[in-house]
Amino acid sequence: MASIRIPTPLRPYAGGTAEVVVSGTTVDEALKDLIAQHPELEQHLFNNGELRSFVNIFLGEEDIRHLDGRETAIEEDTELLIIPSIAGGRA
Amino acid sequence: MKRVEFPQEQYALLAAHLQDAYPNEGAGFLFGRITDEAFIVESVMTLPNTWDEGSQRNRFRLSAEDSLKAELEAGRRGSDVIGVFHSHPDHPAVPSQWDLEWAAWPNFAYLITTVAQGKAERTRAWQLRADRSAFEEDDLRIT
Repeated sequence: MASIRIPTPLRPYAGGTAEVVVSGTTVDEALKDLIAQHPELEQHLFNNGELRSFVNIFLGEEDIRHLDGRETAIEEDTELLIIPSIAGGRA
Repeated sequence: MKRVEFPQEQYALLAAHLQDAYPNEGAGFLFGRITDEAFIVESVMTLPNTWDEGSQRNRFRLSAEDSLKAELEAGRRGSDVIGVFHSHPDHPAVPSQWDLEWAAWPNFAYLITTVAQGKAERTRAWQLRADRSAFEEDDLRIT
């Protein structure tokens, strides 16, 4: 089954684990299974059902936005990465 | 409140990077370990400010591609990505509303450095509340 690597700061919301094995044939299904297993992750990854603007999902070294987005197909051995883009500034 | 333990020689790299970026904002990642009581910084990764929607004097962005690079580099160094740092040129080292809106995760160290007239003066450490409503200050110790 595919897996999703959890960033270190979010591991307390995923039972302390670094990697969660997920079911599904698309990125969307994998993310839904991740949230079903670890509901506390939802508020940090999603806002009104959409991925938060700073949350990027990578399949290998490819941003899924450059593939088929959340409909991107995944394989049994796919590892997905949750990568934040960080922004901010003084005012 | 957590402690943020930051080795002096690594802090010097952070300060030099932020001074080089002045009058623009500079930024980068912190690598190390997270315990129940502390963020233990082991090294820093300085990166270019990729904000391109206006002035970099009051905005920064670390792209997803740079964030991925940081994740991979942290793994090579036997560390985790435990936080981020950026500068506020000629401005207090306090998170802005913009910082709050774009804050990624709780349990992640956010360091902000005031660079005044080109000199890194004061750094403060912050952490997003679990409910994402505000930042709380951590106890930064440069040792």
